[in-house]
Amino acid sequence: MEKRVYFKGWFLPALLITPQLLITIVFFFYPAGTAIWWSLFNPDPFGLSTKFVGFANFDFLFADSYYIESFYTTAIFSSLVTFFSMGIALYLAVLADRLIKGAGIYKTLLIWPYAVAPAIAGILWMFLFDTQTGLISWYLGLLGYDWNHLLNDTEAMGLVIVASTWSRVSYNFLFFLAGLQAIPRAIIEAAAIDGARFWRRFWTIIFPLLSPTTFFLVVMNIVYAFFDTFGVIHTITKGGPGQSTTILVYKVYSDGFVGLDLGSSAAQSVILLVIVGFLTILQFKFVEKKVHY
Amino acid sequence: MTGILSGTALSATEVHWWHAFKGRLGTLLAEQVDQFNAAQSDYKVIQNRKGNYSETLNAGIAAFRAKKHPHILMVFEVGTATMMAAKGAIKPMYEVMSDAGANFDPDGFIGPVKGYYTTTSGEMLSMPYNSSTPVLWVNRDAFKKAGLNPDMDLSTWQKVGNALDKLKSSGHKCPLTTAWQSWVHLENLSAYHNVPFATKENGFAGMDTELVFNGPVQIKHIQAMGDWAKEGKFIYAGRRNEGGKAFRAGECALYTESSAGYAGIKKNAKFDFEIRHLPYWEGVQGAPQNTIIGGSSLWVLSGHSSKEYKGVAAFLSFLSSPVIQAAWHQNTGYLPVTLVAGKKTKASGFYDSNPGTDIAGIQMTRKSTTSVSKGLRLGSFDQIRGMIDEELEGVWSGKKTAKSALSSAVKRGNVLLRRFESSNR
Repeated sequence: MEKRVYFKGWFLPALLITPQLLITIVFFFYPAGTAIWWSLFNPDPFGLSTKFVGFANFDFLFADSYYIESFYTTAIFSSLVTFFSMGIALYLAVLADRLIKGAGIYKTLLIWPYAVAPAIAGILWMFLFDTQTGLISWYLGLLGYDWNHLLNDTEAMGLVIVASTWSRVSYNFLFFLAGLQAIPRAIIEAAAIDGARFWRRFWTIIFPLLSPTTFFLVVMNIVYAFFDTFGVIHTITKGGPGQSTTILVYKVYSDGFVGLDLGSSAAQSVILLVIVGFLTILQFKFVEKKVHY
Repeated sequence: MTGILSGTALSATEVHWWHAFKGRLGTLLAEQVDQFNAAQSDYKVIQNRKGNYSETLNAGIAAFRAKKHPHILMVFEVGTATMMAAKGAIKPMYEVMSDAGANFDPDGFIGPVKGYYTTTSGEMLSMPYNSSTPVLWVNRDAFKKAGLNPDMDLSTWQKVGNALDKLKSSGHKCPLTTAWQSWVHLENLSAYHNVPFATKENGFAGMDTELVFNGPVQIKHIQAMGDWAKEGKFIYAGRRNEGGKAFRAGECALYTESSAGYAGIKKNAKFDFEIRHLPYWEGVQGAPQNTIIGGSSLWVLSGHSSKEYKGVAAFLSFLSSPVIQAAWHQNTGYLPVTLVAGKKTKASGFYDSNPGTDIAGIQMTRKSTTSVSKGLRLGSFDQIRGMIDEELEGVWSGKKTAKSALSSAVKRGNVLLRRFESSNR
């Protein structure tokens, strides 16, 4: 039988939960509520006159074909970043998990990129691929390939995906490695004795047992690709060429901070909030059923 | 609101100034402030950098909403319409000056600079600080290497086109590049050829203005640039002034950029360079008219005490004095914004020892401005420029024709103008 530990009365539990509640209210509910409120207004930048416009901000957005296109861009960008950053991290984690010599060094080196802020990561990649002075674009030029992410949509998208993926692999690697180390050796050894080769063991035992980690990372990486990649996009492409790398969160920034259009910017935040909330609910409802804890 | 950063001298009234300059410009700005503070003891000006132009404007707006705003805010020229529309947030400069009884003559400023920051009824709302205009930078060594006479006539785009052909056929990798594509190749192009960029005198005569930069002159120019891009004669380097890196390194032969690029080019260029007038299209009636400015002006924000505004007036008068203006012009390549500063610089022999530094001034003032060449006053213009950038990239990559790109930019920009109009009505 399960032994339950619980508190008597309500005071201590309430006291213990208060800090967390306060943080959630101040840093989540309050800003989110403000965004919802402002999305119904069309204020001037200085807040001198504020007009209630109902859902006009949303109508304005959905009438804009460039905004609709930004949804596709975000979907492509987010799914590729999530896929590659998790795939590469899992591969590296499996290799690092099997290392006997020098495992510490490999692990440390693989974790390093996580210490680099997205904006700095963006600048590093921008320097490598700068169309005039970039090291890699220069070598590509020697090979006869004219790299120009300033005008080529696909190259621009590829570059921001690579930069965003690179700065996320470490985070995923850490979780996958911890997940792998939590799998009891005895199960794997038993399978090996039964004659299962590595990849068979991986797909039938290790991968299913990793599923809680994988599920957690899918949620976290989608959130990352939606929001935290702003710095990378801002430093490398500024959403261009054209709008080919303008993801939703970048448009929130450019309308709010460059265009000073707070109403539209707030409406876009609300839309983002709804999308990410919806995606997370979907994942918990359908994907989580396949997760073995 | 006295003292956001209190703890300084108690007797002197503090005047806070938020700006966007760093590097050499930031140093020169700080020197002006120090000079003012040392010259008198009633007021103490405190300068703070708040990021780039957009970030500084944002910081000022956020501070105003929180009632913690500075007295003076530097705003780039594209933010002018936003500031003008914010009637309750600003204290017009003419009012600051007359309240304080300061000796101030708006006619002392050169026409196109004054016009940019003055209402149609003649009231000057902000104080011009740094103003520049685009010119053509020539790498003379690159011309010689390509077998061209570096003294050749480059006054028209037709002649520039011929030079580009020869540079390209001699194997030059970057015959032409540019900075600030919308500012140089659409906004200035329109004024220089005396064609409208937007209706209602480019927005000066009303907020119900509409963009019209998809006329024949603009289409012809952008199409020519697009063709040059396709043939490898025009190399696109980015939306801001990224092209400067390649020009200063000697990799590009021609570069269209602000006259304020002078300090950087003079310091870094290891080749023989020259400043020429911005080219125009021969055959367009009225061309060349005059070019328009870019840069920033200083806005005085409302809600401070009259004693503090006296300090603001004293400081702004100091900034517009001939000595300060002439030094600023000579050190930076920005225009001499007052007539006296221009004359003073000429008399000092500066233009003889630094040939070409007077071109920007001449280009702006050789004709008096017309209703479509005095500047632009458009809401949400920073964002509209972003849309223009996006559409022009479509032309440079060969995906769009000049006509469809410009028409699309006009259509998208007009939506924002209507939105700006409705939020400021």
